[in-house]
Amino acid sequence: MRRLALSDEILLSVQQPARYIGGEVNMCIKNPSQVDIRFAMCFPDVYEIGMSHLGMQILYDMFNRRDDVYCERVFSPWTDLDRLMRQEQIPLFALESQDPVKNFDFLGITIQYEMCYTNILQILDLSKIPLHGADRTDGDPIVIGGGPCAYNPEPLADFFDLFYIGEGETQYDRLFDLYKKIRRSGKNRWDFLKEAARLPGIYVPMFYHVTYKEDGTIDSFLPNQDGIPKTISKELVQSLDDAPYIANPIVPFIKVTQDRVVLEIQRGCIRGCRFCQAGNIYRPLREHSLEYLKNYARQMLNSTGHEEISLSSLSSSDYSCLKELVTFLINEFQGKGVNISLPSLRIDAFSLDVMSKVQDVKKSSLTFAPEAGTQRLRDVINKGLTEEVILKGAAEAFHGGWNRVKLYFMLGLPTETLEDREGIALLAEKVAETFYDEIPKEERHGKVQVLASSSFFVPKPFTPFQWAAMCTREEFLQRAYSVKDKFKEMKNKKSLKYTYHDADVTVLEGVLARGDRKVAAVIERAYEKGALYDSWTEHFQNQIWMDAFEECGVEIDFYTTRERELDEVFPWDFIDTGVTREFLKREWEKAMKGQVTPNCRQQCSGCGARSFEGGVCFENSN
Amino acid sequence: MKIRIKFAKEGAMKFIGHLDMMRYFQKVMRRAQVDIRYSEGFSPHQIMSFAAPLGVGVTSRAEYVDIEVLSTDSSERMVKRINDVLTEGVEVLSYKRLPDTAAAAMSVVAAADYTMRFREGYEPEDWDDFFRGLDDFLQQESILVLKKTKKGERQINIKPWIYKLERDRSENGRNQIKIRVAAGSAANLKPELVIQAYMESRGWKLGEFALLLHRDEVYANQAGEEEPDFCPLEQMGENIE
Repeated sequence: MRRLALSDEILLSVQQPARYIGGEVNMCIKNPSQVDIRFAMCFPDVYEIGMSHLGMQILYDMFNRRDDVYCERVFSPWTDLDRLMRQEQIPLFALESQDPVKNFDFLGITIQYEMCYTNILQILDLSKIPLHGADRTDGDPIVIGGGPCAYNPEPLADFFDLFYIGEGETQYDRLFDLYKKIRRSGKNRWDFLKEAARLPGIYVPMFYHVTYKEDGTIDSFLPNQDGIPKTISKELVQSLDDAPYIANPIVPFIKVTQDRVVLEIQRGCIRGCRFCQAGNIYRPLREHSLEYLKNYARQMLNSTGHEEISLSSLSSSDYSCLKELVTFLINEFQGKGVNISLPSLRIDAFSLDVMSKVQDVKKSSLTFAPEAGTQRLRDVINKGLTEEVILKGAAEAFHGGWNRVKLYFMLGLPTETLEDREGIALLAEKVAETFYDEIPKEERHGKVQVLASSSFFVPKPFTPFQWAAMCTREEFLQRAYSVKDKFKEMKNKKSLKYTYHDADVTVLEGVLARGDRKVAAVIERAYEKGALYDSWTEHFQNQIWMDAFEECGVEIDFYTTRERELDEVFPWDFIDTGVTREFLKREWEKAMKGQVTPNCRQQCSGCGARSFEGGVCFENSN
Repeated sequence: MKIRIKFAKEGAMKFIGHLDMMRYFQKVMRRAQVDIRYSEGFSPHQIMSFAAPLGVGVTSRAEYVDIEVLSTDSSERMVKRINDVLTEGVEVLSYKRLPDTAAAAMSVVAAADYTMRFREGYEPEDWDDFFRGLDDFLQQESILVLKKTKKGERQINIKPWIYKLERDRSENGRNQIKIRVAAGSAANLKPELVIQAYMESRGWKLGEFALLLHRDEVYANQAGEEEPDFCPLEQMGENIE
């Protein structure tokens, strides 16, 4: 029987002990003493969230294909266990072997959202690894960061030994081989980091020196060692079908957020929405072939026994074989008790047809993401969705039997006016009116429900809006109130519902998203004062953060509401995502003029991603 | 065709709750490609029901799940097929065909056998004294315990629900208690409650984690209340050759 790191007493006194015992179906079992490299792969949030993340499972599967590597999983202990581990001095352990993380060669942390930063410090702290890279010795694991937030790693620079910028499939083999070579030759972690810093996509923060101007912006950002590259280019898989996928995903015992087989159908996006970081950093769009996906769908359903399969991508309607794929899934699996869970699709005859086949129309709702309330502002953000399309889609859906519609918006977008905000209520009203115009009284099943919700806009690095000033907390709330007021004036207000997100978290997210190295002290201070699980509303304590900013002498407004000059050096400028700064600048200027940019399939706009020599950029040039 | 599967749940699997075990077995059926019957309707589900929920922290070699299948291989081959897709700690012990008229396991459960051991550091100082006292305790006319209900607390007599209790020794010579108690929807007695009541009667306190519980068998009653005839659920089915 496997040995467990925690005693029965502890496991029986915490919520969901299954979070900590491992042993799930398809968990990889190896003898740790027979591998050269032990890799602890961490998602710094609770098990149910972390186990729903696709990227981590892809890398877990890929690393464990190597006989000389044993990759295991680590998640944040929930607050109940966190307390007990500190009390009893129990070191954080990996689920597979239940061995302390401290004994591993690598601790790789995927950084998916800003609000997990204090959980990263929790992981290091509970593992008894010094929080600062500078304080670590040869007895500590090499701490690697990756994922979307690694595209601006600077607020976390102090806490990591290296960052991997881009898609994980390409450079880890070289990194592992390098590690083995360094170890064999008796050299130390410093030598390893020095060599690793020369590998493509690898950023070792300690080898860079930042100087600041008097106004607090960056003056220079340069290597402080010979042979260290000035810019780091993101890593990317040129042809997705060449990369292995997850043949045997782990099947958790407890219900996790993503409790199903997930097929990644493509990476990247052709749309070019100007607020969207993923749409910019994952360029160019690359698709999987239909055959590849069919094979993995069969294999993954067989190996997991899941009763549901879903598709993952940024904009699934743009996948060129979508019809064939969905038809295949329905024909092949639906009769076998497998549910097909569709991603949000552009509403048209095809999507309504398949939706009616795979879901209960009466219970499901239709989702549109106009993001802004007027056509003018939708042009500013380059969201190609028009009112006409929304209303036409809604009308078709109402005829198909649906009567619930969800609308997603953002507030605080650049150039936004009162008219744009009121447009949110007006658009919701028009959707409701469409229902009453289109559907005769006798055919209505209940009344229409239109649920509009808005989140607050956070400018992100590597988007055309990276120059944008953010609203203050008060401005955000004022804007939400004005939308809410407008909803109250609507004729169909009983059919409409409006909700908005929390503004405190948004401000903090804004600081962390575009933060520099000076922000690290605030994160550490907030953690020391008890901040943890900040992405969980019930645990988020804004006052702790506000005090931490104050005590560290760091100004929030500098990162959020400040107007940035076009030529300002940003903390993330040393990273090359393929999409050029010139393109982003051009897009920012076009946004200010309300001009739209066509999508990648309509016309190439010269963003720079063509330099990767793959994907949509070369679709029609064979 | 009705099938009854008996399985063991041991090791770290004892931390997996009843609802999660049900979800676990649904996926097991698919991985092992058992030709299970699905319900009709928009979201069909497998025809599957469990006998008696096992508390978190308790191990067992007598868990039962009933399923309906459209076709099946021999018992021996099905046991192997299912065991091939299980995780450590779960093991199918038998796969038997039930008569078509058989009632669901859940509805026939009447009693269960448990073995209770004291965790190290929690054992009684004097075992002989412990068991002598326990014998006397069980000789009483009635054994009253306080039961918390929605309306407050109520005294109940648990004596009729204790069918058997004896001193036993494990393979490595450690003292343990074997007990048979009422189980199921009509009456259900948690075995640790007996020990707790006994210890309280002697002024001792049973620590929260003091007992290690293991379920050995689950029974149906094939006779009347007065003189019960307990039959292991497994024996109500037959092997498929």
